[in-house]
Amino acid sequence: MKKKLFIAFLLVFVIAFVLVGCSNSQNEEGKDANAAKPETKEATGSSVVRIAMSTEIDNLDPYKSAATDTGSMMDNVFDGLLDTNPKGELVGAIAKSYDISEDGLTYTFTLNEGVQFHDGSELTSEDVVASYETLAGMNGGEPIVAEFAVIDSIEAPSDYEVIFHLKEKNSAFLAANIVAIVPSDYEEQSSKPIGAGPFKFEAYKVGQELRLVKNENYYNHEKIPQIDEVQFKIMPDQESSVLAMQAGEIDVLPGVTQQGLTQLGDSINTVSGPQNMVQLLALNNDVEPYSDLKVRQAINLAIDKDTIIDTVSEGNGTKLGSNFSPAMEFYYEPGLEDYYATNIEKAKSLLAEAGYNDGFQMELTVPSDYQFHVDTAQVIAEQLSQVGIDVEIKMIEFSTWLEDVYQNEQYDTTIIGFTGKLDPYKILRRYVNDYERNFVNYDNEAYDELIDQALRATDEKDIAAHYKEAQRLLTEDAVSVFISDPDRTIAMSNHLEGLNMYPIQKFNLEDLHYTE
Amino acid sequence: MKKSQSIPWRIGIVLVICLMTMMIISFFYTPFGPNEMNTGSRLEAPSFSHPFGTDNFGRDILSRVMQGAQTAFLIGTSSVFIGLMFGFILGASAGYFGGWVDEIIMRFIDAMLAFPGILLAIMLISVFEPGLKNTIIAIGIMSVPGFTRIIRSSFIQYKTYDFVKASVAKGAGALRIIYHHILPNAFSPILVAATLSFSGAILGESGLSYLGLGVQPPDPSWGRMLKEAQPFIVTAPWYVIIVGVIITMMVLGFNLLGDGIRDKQDTKA
Amino acid sequence: MRYILYKLATFVATMTLVSIIIFFVFQLLPGNPAHIILGIEAEQAQIQQLEQELGLDKQATERYVDWVTGLFQADLGESLKYQLPVSDILVDRIPVTFSLGILSILLTIIIGIPLGILIARTKGKWISVVLSIMTQLGIAIPSFWFGFILILVFGVILSLFPTYGYVPWSEDFFGALRALFLPSLVIAISNIAVIIRYLRNTILDQANMEYVRTARCKGLTERKIMYGHILRNALIPVITILGLTIADTLGGSIIIENVFALPGLGNLLIESISSRDFPLVQSMVLYIAVLVITINFIVDLLYKVIDPRIRAKG
Repeated sequence: MKKKLFIAFLLVFVIAFVLVGCSNSQNEEGKDANAAKPETKEATGSSVVRIAMSTEIDNLDPYKSAATDTGSMMDNVFDGLLDTNPKGELVGAIAKSYDISEDGLTYTFTLNEGVQFHDGSELTSEDVVASYETLAGMNGGEPIVAEFAVIDSIEAPSDYEVIFHLKEKNSAFLAANIVAIVPSDYEEQSSKPIGAGPFKFEAYKVGQELRLVKNENYYNHEKIPQIDEVQFKIMPDQESSVLAMQAGEIDVLPGVTQQGLTQLGDSINTVSGPQNMVQLLALNNDVEPYSDLKVRQAINLAIDKDTIIDTVSEGNGTKLGSNFSPAMEFYYEPGLEDYYATNIEKAKSLLAEAGYNDGFQMELTVPSDYQFHVDTAQVIAEQLSQVGIDVEIKMIEFSTWLEDVYQNEQYDTTIIGFTGKLDPYKILRRYVNDYERNFVNYDNEAYDELIDQALRATDEKDIAAHYKEAQRLLTEDAVSVFISDPDRTIAMSNHLEGLNMYPIQKFNLEDLHYTE
Repeated sequence: MKKSQSIPWRIGIVLVICLMTMMIISFFYTPFGPNEMNTGSRLEAPSFSHPFGTDNFGRDILSRVMQGAQTAFLIGTSSVFIGLMFGFILGASAGYFGGWVDEIIMRFIDAMLAFPGILLAIMLISVFEPGLKNTIIAIGIMSVPGFTRIIRSSFIQYKTYDFVKASVAKGAGALRIIYHHILPNAFSPILVAATLSFSGAILGESGLSYLGLGVQPPDPSWGRMLKEAQPFIVTAPWYVIIVGVIITMMVLGFNLLGDGIRDKQDTKA
Repeated sequence: MRYILYKLATFVATMTLVSIIIFFVFQLLPGNPAHIILGIEAEQAQIQQLEQELGLDKQATERYVDWVTGLFQADLGESLKYQLPVSDILVDRIPVTFSLGILSILLTIIIGIPLGILIARTKGKWISVVLSIMTQLGIAIPSFWFGFILILVFGVILSLFPTYGYVPWSEDFFGALRALFLPSLVIAISNIAVIIRYLRNTILDQANMEYVRTARCKGLTERKIMYGHILRNALIPVITILGLTIADTLGGSIIIENVFALPGLGNLLIESISSRDFPLVQSMVLYIAVLVITINFIVDLLYKVIDPRIRAKG
């Protein structure tokens, strides 16, 4: 009897061992193919880089996709007329140069010659016109890129020249031209996307991986990728992906926490920096008591942003004073971050002046999907309790947040992060009174005026001056509590380097290479 | 022989009493304020002043674990109460009346059982919103089918017993029969189900918290603490281990208790 | 025969109820799928246009009727988020969850039944006590936490198993087995404890039965009594318990697939609930419910075939 049981157990162990055994031999083979140190790279002749991504791809078609993560993956497959460099400046991509007319109404782009789509066909002005007609909604329907609504007409005098005529001056138009150019008569973007970028689409397994291979015929010869293949692995759990990287099954981990870094030790290279995000405690300016400037100022004075950054971002973040990150240096108004230096006494007296001697109850709605915001809320609750404000944290799903808070403005206060944009207009427009996404309900004519002037101006310096002034107004009026721009850290295995930080989420995989 | 059999039951009792004592003490005393942050002492290893160490906000983990026991017992007892109440109404009517009443109720219960419990809870919490109250309701509803089945079957069983038949013949009312004859006999299987469902509630809460749908912060709940401790599994392992062990002890305690009651009842029968 | 007809009728009734529950629950979910798809930066005009494209401007009842008529024509509709037919998406996902489920049930049987017998045989000895407390521990550990510990120990420290991902069986049989081993073990562990507890109790019950005493009097060896008589009878209810664990197994996979980054139904389910992808989520929940009901239905019938003593008393 006992013997039989013993045999049964033995069997289980043997099975487990066989599994492990096979696996080990496979593992070694796998490691040879994947670990891709320079010497093994030559041995197998191909190099593969595996990158963990936390969200699913929503659509492979760049015109149908809206998710930031999808965009940053597929950005390697598609190129636009222009691109951005790590400083957030616009540089030529498919277009080698552009020219803006004196009156700011005509934009002329000159294309690079010999640009090929991945199917081998040549990219000409005809493809650009077709792409922009779709994007601007000129074939019926709403524009896919809102900034392109301003396009009046497009012409293509030659194969390598495209001219846009605008209805009115709009300084926000140019930065929008980083959008993907697609072949004019191609219908299968959703299943087999084709672009002109440095990587070609190879395969997509829903929920598992997106595989891209290097485009040998990339028009920018200096930027032909050095990595043969990139595999984006979909891994919803952050901690699991850190463990996977530790086990050597992931080569690049975008967005790793300080804890993750400590855990990974010195087996990795990192790049990190501000990501042009604005995390804020939004106060609904239409709701009592947040309609009172003194109350808003008191809240600003009571919140210690440094502590929030130290606790929630492990010190890796940039303190903000307005709805603008220094990642966009040219447009950034410095000095606002200490406008409301933490001062509990002053906060209390301001609250007393406003008639809230005993403080009040504050409902703080937080999207439960974002642990980062939930953590921030906990620190803020603790800090505000010192001035007598009793914070009640209310968690809702992000889907509900979008509807109740963002769309219907049914909230008192909330915490959210606005991701980076290349164009300051897109960032600061949020507080223009008649903009439908002005969900904090800021209402100041002077501000609206400034934004409008910036949009109509043609001189870069004037534009920047207007935007800077607008940032100052947001701070002075204590519209909300602008907390920080949390750093983003990309971890790479220590045999890889070359990725950069951009003011938008972007992976410059064409620059990724093995260390010597 | 008898002695070793009762060991699990004793372990269960000891675990439950320990945790209950901890909860009761937490009403009067915790070493630190459970929500009191001290950013100067974040993620400190266990020491004399912080026996369980501190968390990523510099809060004392012992105080939070103690305070969290209140939340755990609240979730456990309230959700068992909800499950028991609805389960009793449904199970008793189905078992006592039988026929079409039974048929309708049991089809409804079958339909509920077709959804994995956690899925049912996720659906309910998505419809309402995450938070302590809705967590309790969702977990309570999760346990209704189980209670209904158990209560129904003990009703069916005892209905056929002679002493019940006799009092029916004597013209006793339904409520009287249920109260005097069926309930005392059905008590111990219900108690077993209740203890098991209590521990199920604790696990349910931690699962929901993992998905970000559990109790709202900053009030400490063990499930939420376990989730918040997860990123520090390598850098501050005591945090996740202590919270994980506490949850496991609670669930184990109530499971062993339930098993013990069942065993005692079996030997009696 | 009447029993089968009766069971069939209840099967249909339950299915109808399930579809109604699914419909009502998802009608109540707050949130606008179009807005969720387009995200925080979307303009109102874009959202409205997408709503029209997706047919969200139709009445809820109209959409429901579309969905149900579609179901009868084996058309599950189109996912809002992926803009692909739901059936295409599910075809990729089902094998993952299915393999996970099968493997975890296999593990439950392979580990649970011998252990259950052992614990019953050694009743009263210390080994029995230790083993039962250990199996109880298995049930008591929060599954996602247990998953992390397994990844840490077996994936990172010992590197015996991969830490994440799925390998299709057709590509690499052992690779698939390895990838699924840890997650199936996590799901199986609580079922194992249930099986053991049940098996132990029934074996002990059976051991006191009349027929066992008779057999003993006839001079049969303990081994023959155990395997020839007791076990045969004790294993019958285990089938029912296995049937009941199907729902738990699927439920467990919801969380575990997230931890191990497995592209199965559970993973997708969480995601499509939060993206309010109604056609996808309704079909998935319906699929899971149908699976659970069907398996329990089959188990009921099997039970009846194996043990004809059972009458139709429900």
